[in-house]
Amino acid sequence: MASDASPSRPPPRWRRWRADQQSEGYLFLLPSLAGFILFVLIPVVAALVLSLYEWSLLSPGEYVGLTNYLNLFRRDPTFFKALGNTLYFTVTIVPLQLAAGLAVALALNQAIKGLAVYRLIYFMPVVTTIVAGALVFQWIFNKDFGILSAVIWRINELTGIPVQPPDWLTDPAWARPAVVMLTLWKNVGFTMVIYLAGLQAIPVELYDAAEVDGATSWRRLLYITLPMISPTTFFLMVIQMIGAFQLFDEAFVMTRGGPAQATTTIVYYVYVNAFEYRRFGMASTVAWVLFAFIFAFTFLQNRMQHRWVHYETEDGR
Amino acid sequence: MAVEPLAGEQMRLTRRVRRRIGSIALQVGLLAGSFFMVMPFLWMLSTSLKLPKEIFKYPPIWIPTEIAWSNYKDTLTALPFDRFYLNSAIVSVSSTLIQVLAAALAAFAFARLRFKGRNPLFLLYLATLMIPFQVTMIPNFILISRVLDWYNTYQALIFPTSFSAFSVFLLRQFFVGLPMELDEAARMDGASTLRIWWQIILPLSGPALAALSIFSFLGSWNSFLWPLVVTTSNEMRTIPVGLSAFQGEHNTAWNLLMAGSVIALVPVLAVYMVGQNWFQRGITLSGMGGR
Repeated sequence: MASDASPSRPPPRWRRWRADQQSEGYLFLLPSLAGFILFVLIPVVAALVLSLYEWSLLSPGEYVGLTNYLNLFRRDPTFFKALGNTLYFTVTIVPLQLAAGLAVALALNQAIKGLAVYRLIYFMPVVTTIVAGALVFQWIFNKDFGILSAVIWRINELTGIPVQPPDWLTDPAWARPAVVMLTLWKNVGFTMVIYLAGLQAIPVELYDAAEVDGATSWRRLLYITLPMISPTTFFLMVIQMIGAFQLFDEAFVMTRGGPAQATTTIVYYVYVNAFEYRRFGMASTVAWVLFAFIFAFTFLQNRMQHRWVHYETEDGR
Repeated sequence: MAVEPLAGEQMRLTRRVRRRIGSIALQVGLLAGSFFMVMPFLWMLSTSLKLPKEIFKYPPIWIPTEIAWSNYKDTLTALPFDRFYLNSAIVSVSSTLIQVLAAALAAFAFARLRFKGRNPLFLLYLATLMIPFQVTMIPNFILISRVLDWYNTYQALIFPTSFSAFSVFLLRQFFVGLPMELDEAARMDGASTLRIWWQIILPLSGPALAALSIFSFLGSWNSFLWPLVVTTSNEMRTIPVGLSAFQGEHNTAWNLLMAGSVIALVPVLAVYMVGQNWFQRGITLSGMGGR
């Protein structure tokens, strides 16, 4: 580095520059680093400190040690409810999302008519404001006048089967599937484009060789496509799982966490604690527990990936 | 392998028939899926043009007998949607500019300059990648409302979400892939570091910069939780939060709520229709962390 410069003769300009990199590096970093420290690093530390306090913003905060954490796990039924709901959303949304996205991507990865139109349509909800999406789904799921109830009444009339529409959003048993449907509609286009990118990277020769060997399309899917896109699947699984753990907007707009807390997720509970109960310490505690879960699940998935993810190169890249 | 000509012919025939059936099944499946995707939009549009008496009707009708354009007028007078648009535009554009600019500078430093503490600092950025926004949201809220006194301002909407480690990481991955000889050659010609960044690295990174811009713009435009928390008046609300507030006031006026949703969606969907390839490429590239 700086030792490149010899004392006797001034080094050429481009060499001298190496010594300057020291300060230049920080100059380039400055805008980002300033924002990062103020709005990310300090808040992360502050959140940790806050989780040890009881604080409503009005009164001076009170240090309570680990009490928030203990209370959360010992005597907070809503927290367990929220945890259960979040797990429910994760284990339903992630597999459905992957299966649906892969199915659409496989279908669109062929020379079919209307490809561009299909791509346009399936991706449309991804750019849609979730609030508008949740509003229209709330209307679709309206118990008395929603289009879904109307379809069920129609089936009832036409076939005589005595089916009746459930109270969708006011029935705890149905509100969660409704939220799942909304997120599926919203995000399947995202999974689709990522899968398409993965599919297009598979060398055609593999399929040609399999065809020569007489492999059926089912076998080609099973033994070539799925192993070859398993890194994409792994990536999507992690991303979707983190997203499912952070579910909030859908539940806030469509069901306000209800009915009977059936769609209260962990993030929803963070929101309620902070901005309704004004328990900022507790809200931070819940947020940290959320992080712990995300971390643990991601770690587990990472540990388990060698069992099913197929990488072309040795170093796993 | 020797196959009798006739058998070969038959095999080809059945294969062709099977292909044909397969492609029909494919089209049917894709159409059914498309219906599921498009139906909410159509239902939204249909409801937004109905008179109240036709909303609560069984069986539901798709095309209103009388097109009620007045719903749009009523919605626009009930809520300052022009203001929401303006706010969303100001916030999304500035937030995207700050995000991309700051990240491009930092990523350049991490990828192509050598200085003390570079690697530990980069690790620090990486370490925060997994921390969900909700953890930093509460201290940020306190910082905004108590320390900086920014509550219900543009600064509050713009700054706290403009410095994600993710964007630095994304661009750094891209910059690392460009050959180092470019910088060295430019330096020998006497170019300054800033000039190398601006005239060599940035022009070569068009796709990555475009991807990050689309990704942050869309994220900011559609962002809900943070604007919900730091705004309190219609003057400062962005479209999603304004729409959500509208829901609180008119929770059974479905024609108005749907008209509001249509108003909120039209600009994004219009831009998307024009540049759909850019959107999908941008999301794919940034979604996959630049790989």
